[in-house]
Parts: sequence; structure tokens; C-alpha cells
Amino acid sequence: MKILNLLRTSTFQLAVMYMVLFATSVFILMGFIYWATAGYMSSQTDETIEAEIIGLAEQYQRQGLNGLISVIRERVARDPNGKSIYLFTARDFIKLAGNISKWPEDGEVQDGWLNFTLDEGLGWPTAESRPARARIFIVPGGLRLLVGRDVNDFMAVKELVERAINFGMAITFALAMFGGIMMSRSTSKRVELINQTSQNIMRGNLSLRIPDRGTNDEFDQLARNLNEMLDRIVHLMEGVRHVSDNIAHDLRTPLTRLRNQLENTLLTVDREQDREQVGKSVAEADQLLATFNALLRIARLEVGDKVSNFKTFDLSGLAQDAAELYEALAEDKQQKFSIMIEPDVAIMGDRDLLFQTLCNLIDNAIKYTPEDGEIDISLTSNQNETFLSVADSGIGIPEEERERVFQRFYRVAKSRSLPGNGLGLSLVLAVMDLHQGKITLTDNEPGLRIELQFPKQAMALEQKS
Amino acid sequence: MRILVIEDDKDVAAYLVNGLKENDNVVDHSADGKEGLLLAASETYDVMIIDRMLPSMDGLSIIKTIRATGNQTPVLILSALGDVDDRVEGLRGGGDDYLTKPFSYNELLARLEVLMRRGSKNGSEKVTHLSVADLEMDLLARTVKRNSEKIDLQPREFRLLEYLMKHAGQVVTRTMLLEQVWDYHFDPQTNVIDVHISRLRSKIDKDFPKQLLQTVRGAGYILSEDS
Repeated sequence: MKILNLLRTSTFQLAVMYMVLFATSVFILMGFIYWATAGYMSSQTDETIEAEIIGLAEQYQRQGLNGLISVIRERVARDPNGKSIYLFTARDFIKLAGNISKWPEDGEVQDGWLNFTLDEGLGWPTAESRPARARIFIVPGGLRLLVGRDVNDFMAVKELVERAINFGMAITFALAMFGGIMMSRSTSKRVELINQTSQNIMRGNLSLRIPDRGTNDEFDQLARNLNEMLDRIVHLMEGVRHVSDNIAHDLRTPLTRLRNQLENTLLTVDREQDREQVGKSVAEADQLLATFNALLRIARLEVGDKVSNFKTFDLSGLAQDAAELYEALAEDKQQKFSIMIEPDVAIMGDRDLLFQTLCNLIDNAIKYTPEDGEIDISLTSNQNETFLSVADSGIGIPEEERERVFQRFYRVAKSRSLPGNGLGLSLVLAVMDLHQGKITLTDNEPGLRIELQFPKQAMALEQKS
Repeated sequence: MRILVIEDDKDVAAYLVNGLKENDNVVDHSADGKEGLLLAASETYDVMIIDRMLPSMDGLSIIKTIRATGNQTPVLILSALGDVDDRVEGLRGGGDDYLTKPFSYNELLARLEVLMRRGSKNGSEKVTHLSVADLEMDLLARTVKRNSEKIDLQPREFRLLEYLMKHAGQVVTRTMLLEQVWDYHFDPQTNVIDVHISRLRSKIDKDFPKQLLQTVRGAGYILSEDS
């Protein structure tokens, strides 16, 4: 699996491409060396033989058959163990002159050249058999002249060069492969590090930074740039938070003052009618402040830096508490309130926020369900996930509106007459995002069923980081 | 009561100081962090109200500094930062209670009352028995009697009544009940607490001529024998 992943990395693919390119250029280089050495040696041999034939042909023209024979004998005598091979035969291949005893039979002819093996059978003085190359020249009258050279040394060199090239290629491939794997491993390790760090950062751990190896290479530069970008984001986010804190500080305070003045007025007003009026204004101001607080709260949640507040706690207990808190309210509305809570389900998260979330959902369910309706709360879990759901038999949310209910201040057409600020579900969504959970809205036929889904693994990961 | 208010917002400060003075308290006020710290360290108060965001020195630093000198005067932190983690931070930093702006004066008064009583009740020995008029609660046997008649309560109702009885004669707000009886810091959109109170009332007050559990308009509830 790991190897497969490695093969899929772009660095490894680059390494393979590089290996192929490198091997090709090495191959071309070797080819040139081969051509320059073996090719040159081979053409040298051939030229020598050609030159000798030309020389002998001239002798024959000038001095006839006897002259040719004597020149051959002279040459053989001059250098009996040399590299040159001569054989001059009569029409029936009977030797007239030369340093081999008979016409080679096992040779093969290629482009007018005869390649054959020199051995004792041919009367060659050396013990081992050696490769040779010769040219045959037909003298008028059916006589044949063979002029050749012992190419043993040349063949040895050629073989050596060939072996060197083969070894060289094999080593090149092995080194390129090894280098490619090492290179892609070290780069993919660093890319993986950047990936992991950014995933953790995306989960809200904004204080994390990508480690810098201090080598000042492009990865370090990338890491530094990303870190600078993060610093800038943090800076901007702090700015936003600062602004929202300032709004909280500067705007909520005068609102409160207004509210408090109204409240004070309440104490001094004597007429019951006026008191009621002022009391309504206080309630109105409270509503306004509550909306304001909810907005600020959602904004702060969306910044997603509250993960530090996470603790492992008993979600079953929390669900029980919320159900118990609201059960009385449902009973007052003659609603059937049933709870099915799996015991001892623990979760990693912000206890107060999740309590608020569940209360918002139960509150909505009770509010939007008529008398004699039903409310069901359930908590279940499996190995990977925890499900918390609130279902009712109320007015429900039309399918086309289900996405929009999470927008701030959005209210379903049918429910606009009921009290509410349209921020409850926005807060729920923000809290769920913070917990990396999912919300699903389905038709409960009739009514609405909202399911909160919490991943277990992500929570465990969160705990580690 | 001597109360110190450290708050830089002029209007909030004036509102606090006037309100507290009207309730027969002696109030000192400072709008600056360092000056406030000086007052807190040199004078003796029954309770202090300290804003978190202040010029020259923030509220939490003031509290930490005075706590470091062994001063245990109850402190109520005021703040515009209403998130739970800010609250936790504030309470961990040595504050005794935390109130988010905007707050209602009644809420503040109710909390101050509780803080001051706590301050005066030194070395609280274990209370095992509570009573208000003819209403009696045995904390060990977990039984409640009114006029020697046994009243059956659900566990949560018992805790609710216990809290009300412990703070008998004081106004207790809905948020205080949520924090103390339900142990959650949150803001219910409906008056869900009212339902629980009315249930409790129907058990302890319904069949008796004297109503002990009263609703205080615009503030909360009070359990008291003189109504």
C-alpha cells in the first residue's frame, strides 16, 4: 500500500522520467565510445588489409605470379608470428604460399569480407584459436589470394567495451532507480509533513506551523511562505475578532444602557398600563441583545479556534440532561416525549456548546410541533460514528428550504409568525462544523428529523494533536 | 456594604454606582486599571466588581495580583466577552462569578447578594438541614417536608429547591439556576426554567395558604417566608 502510494507521487514519476532520460543519454554516450573505439579499430584493420591487397595486386601486375608468391613468402618470413595472414592457392585450393596451411572452411562471408577462426587445423602457430578477418582476391586463372589479419586483440577490446557498456547501463539503471526512490521518499516525506500540518491547521489548530529544516531549499521556502501566509491569516482573524470584540464592547454597552434605563423607568412608572408598555420595551431590547449576542457567538465559532476548549465528556448524560430540562415543557403542550439514549457514549467536544445545540433543536421541535404531537430524542453510536437525533411530528421544513435554514436570519415561511430570530440553526451548524460533525435534515412524515453525526476517529485525532 | 467598582465605561459605571448607592452601599469607583488595583490593595471591601477590558491594566491581572497578596474579597467579573472559555478563564483567574455585558441590574444584584453572603459565611460547616418557614429539607435523608407533610420530589426538583432554600430571601435569576442546578452555561431561548419552577411550586405551595416561592418580575425567583 505504502509502495503504491510512493509510486503514485509526482516526485517518483519525475524520478522515473529522469531515470529514463539519464539512461538514454548514458546509452548514447556509451554508443559513441563504442563506435569511437571498436569501430575505429575495425576500420583500421580493414584499411590495413585493403592496403596490403592493393600492394600485392601491384606486385602481381608488375612481376606476375612468381613475383606475388615471392613477396608473400618474404612477408611471412619477415614476421612469422605477426598479425597478418596470407594464403595463396591454386585453382583446387592447393597452397602455393602463405602462413596458414589450408583454406578456412568455417568462415562466413559478409560484404566481401570473410570472418573465420584461426586454429591448429589451419596450421596457425599459436595454440588457442583466434578470430580473424580476411579479404579474398581472385587472381585471373582461378587462383585465390586470401589476405587477412588476426583480430583477436581487437575482439577482446570490443568485448571489453561491450561488457563495460552493459555493466554501465545496469549500474546506471540501478543508481537512477535507487536515487529516484530516495529522492521521492525524502520529498514526499516533506510534502506529507506539509499536508499533515495543513490538515491539522484546517481543523482549527491555527497555532501550528510547518517545520523549517533550515536548509533554505525550495521546500523551506514553501514552508516559510505558507507559515507567513498563516501568520497573516491569524493576524487578519485577530483583526476580525478584535472588531467583533469591539462591537461587543462598544455597541452592546449602549444597548444595555438603553435597556437598563427602561428597566429603571419601570420602577418609577405608576400606571399599570405604562408599566406594561415599558415592560414590553425591555423585553424587546432583551430580544435585540440576544440576537446580537447570538450573531457574535456564531461569528466567533466560525473562526474555529475553540478546539482548545474540547474535553471528553459523557454525551449520554448531556442528552439526558437536555431531555429532562425540556420534557416538562413538552408535557405542558401535551406532547409525547420519548427518549432512547444509549448509555456511556463519550465524545470529545465543547460540553456547553453541544448542550446549547441540543437545546436549540429540542426547543425548535417543541415549538413547531402542535399539541398532542410527538418528540423523539435518540442517541446511538457504532464503531465510527455517534448519532444524536431529534425528531418531531410538527410542521416540518419543505425540502427546497432545508439548505437555507442554516443561513443567518432565514426563517421558514410557515413559521414566521412564531417567535424566533432565525439564528438557532446557524448556531447549530457552526457548532457542528467545529466538531467536524454533519447535520442531516429529513422528512419525519410528518415533521422534521434532524440528525447530528459525530465522527469518532476525527475526535480521537483531535485529542492527539 | 463597601463595594469597589473598576469600570472604564462612564455610563455603565454611573449606572452601577448610582444603583448600588441607592441600595445603601458605600461605593468606590475607578476607571483605570492601575488606580483600581491601588484601591483594591489598600482598602477593605466586601465585594469588588471588575471589568475585564480596562486602560493601563486588564481586569484579570488585577484579580491575579490581589489574590497573590492573599486578599480573598469576592470578585464579580464584568465582561463583554461572553464565551464560555472567557468565563472559564475569568473564574480560573481568581474571579468568583462572571457576568457578561449586557447584564440586567437585577441579575447583577442577585449575584452580588450571593457573593457577599458567601464572603461573610466563613468556614462553612457542612449543612445537613435547611428550613424556610414550615418547609424543611433534610439533605442527608434527601427528604422534604412542609408542615410535617412529606413531599415527593424528583432528583432535579430536589436540587432546585435545595439551591433556592440555601439562598432563601435572595433573588435567584434563571441563569443562576441553569448554572448552579443544571450545571450548563447556556442561553435558553424559551423560559424553560419557568416550567420547572411552576412544577416545584405546585408541589410545595399549592396546598398551603402561604406561598413561599415567588416570581420577581424582570429578575427571577425568591424563596422567602415573608411575602
